[in-house]
Amino acid sequence: MEQVPVHEGLFTSDGGGRLLGARCAACERWQFPAGPDCPYCSADGCETRPLSPRGTLCLFTGVLNRPPGYLGEVPFGFGVVELPEGVQLISRLTEADPTKLRCGMQVRLEIVPLHVDDAGREIMSYAFAPDEATR
Amino acid sequence: MSDAVEIAGVGIHPFGRFADKSVTAMGVEAVKQALAAAGVARGGFQAAYCGTVYSGVAAGHKVLTALGQTGIPIVNVEAGCASGGAALGLGVEAIRSGRCDTVLVFGIEKMPKGIIRSSFFEPWREQAGLAVTPAYFALRAQRLMRDSGVTREHLAYVSVKNHANGVHNPHAMFRKPFTLEQVLGSAVVCEPLTLFMLCSPNEGAAAIVLRRARGDAPGRVLVRAAALRSHLPGSVLGEHTPMSGLLDEDLPPPSQLAARAAYEEAGLGPEDLDLAEVQDTDSARELISCEELGLCAKGGAGKMLDERRSDLGGALPVNASGGLLAKGEPLGASALGQVVELYWQLRGEAGRRQVEGAKVALGHTVGRGANASVVILSR
Repeated sequence: MEQVPVHEGLFTSDGGGRLLGARCAACERWQFPAGPDCPYCSADGCETRPLSPRGTLCLFTGVLNRPPGYLGEVPFGFGVVELPEGVQLISRLTEADPTKLRCGMQVRLEIVPLHVDDAGREIMSYAFAPDEATR
Repeated sequence: MSDAVEIAGVGIHPFGRFADKSVTAMGVEAVKQALAAAGVARGGFQAAYCGTVYSGVAAGHKVLTALGQTGIPIVNVEAGCASGGAALGLGVEAIRSGRCDTVLVFGIEKMPKGIIRSSFFEPWREQAGLAVTPAYFALRAQRLMRDSGVTREHLAYVSVKNHANGVHNPHAMFRKPFTLEQVLGSAVVCEPLTLFMLCSPNEGAAAIVLRRARGDAPGRVLVRAAALRSHLPGSVLGEHTPMSGLLDEDLPPPSQLAARAAYEEAGLGPEDLDLAEVQDTDSARELISCEELGLCAKGGAGKMLDERRSDLGGALPVNASGGLLAKGEPLGASALGQVVELYWQLRGEAGRRQVEGAKVALGHTVGRGANASVVILSR
C-alpha cells in the first residue's frame, strides 16, 4: 500500500524514521516542526536536521474520544517527550493506557499509520513508544 | 479632567445553549440592558468594542446595526479566551486618552458543540490527533499534581466548589451541585481529568458601558486596570500549544505577566483582593491561575483549597459565580461575564453568592494565542 506522510517535512522514513527539527545557529535551540526562523530568539537561517529518535517521557495522558478531524484509532496516548537535543515536543504515544506509562520512561520514535484515505493510501504520522530495549 | 474610568451599566444574556437564537440577538439583549442601566441614550457613546471568536465577519457591527446605533467606530476584537478582556482594555484606553467620554464594550459567542474545534490548529495537526484541547489541559494538570502536591481530590473539589456557587447564579448553564464522588466518578476524558472537571463551551453575551468617572456616588465601580499580555517564546505547554519548546519553570506565563501589569496599573496587589473570577476551563486551570496570579503561593494551590480559602465565605473566594465550570464558556463573552459578576459583587447585588463587603476584585482569562487578560475593579 502506498504510504504518504500526514504532512510534508515532519519526518523521514529512512533507518526507522527520524523527526526533522531545525536548529538555530544563534541560540542553539531546536524547534519542531522545522522552520527557517527561530521562534525563541528571532534569528533566521535555522537549519533543518534529523532529531534523535530516542527520548524521555515527561508528561502523558490518554485520549479516549475521537478529537475533531482525526480519523485514526482511539484511544491513543498523548504526551511531552524530551529529546537529547534539549527540545521537548508534543506527540502521540503508541501506548494508550496511562497506567503503563510513567514520567522519566525511555521512549523511541515510530512512524505509524493513522488511517487509509479515500485514494487507498496509508496516511503516516509519528508517535513515541515505550523503549523495550532500555526498560 | 479625570482619567479614572467607571462602569456606568452592565448587561448579560445568560450563558447556555439557545438553539433558536442568533448570536446577534443575544448581543442585542445584553447591549440594550447595559445602555439602559447606564442611562445612555442613542448617540451617547463614541466607540464600541466587541469581543468574539466564532461569530464571523463584522459581528459587533451586526448587533449595533440591529439597534440603529452605528456611525461610531466599531472594532471587533479576537484574542482567544481573553477577547473580552482585550476589548475592555481598548475601551479603557479610549477614555483615558481623552478621545472618548463613554464607550460600549461587549462580548458575544455561539460556540460549536463538543471539543473546541479551532482554525488555530493546522489541518494536519487535527488529522494527526494532536489538536486535542483537553489533552493539553490534562498534561498541565499532571504537571501541577507533580509540582504542587495537588491530588485528584483537589481537582474534584474545585468542581464541587464552583458548581455549589453556580447553583445561586441565574445566568449559569449548570445550576446543580455535585459531590466529590460524582465528579471523580464522571467519565474520564483525559486522565486525570473527568467530564465534570471540564467546562462546556456554550453561548451567551455580556455588555459593559464604560465612562469617564464623575463624582463619587455610592455604588460607583472603577476599572482600575485592564491588562493584556501574550506568551513569551519557549514554553511547550503554554496556551499557544506549540509542537515543541521547554517545560520551562522560569518562564513567566502570560497570566503572570498580565497580573504583574494589572497590579502595577492599579497600584494594588493580590493581598488587596476580596474576590476573584479566574479562568477555570478545567479544574487544574483554576489552581494554576491562582498560583500565576499570586492568589496563593507557587505550589500552594492545594493548601489554599484545604484551608477553604477560595470557598464562598473564605478569605479570598474564587469563582463565586460558579466560574466557567458552572457557567460554561462562550469565549468572546466570558471575560466580560466575569466583569458583570464582579460589578454586582462590588455593589452588593450578587444575591446568595454575595461576598460580604467586597471592595476590590480581579477577573482573569487566559487561552489560545496565547493571551491572558487581568481586570481589576474597585468600589
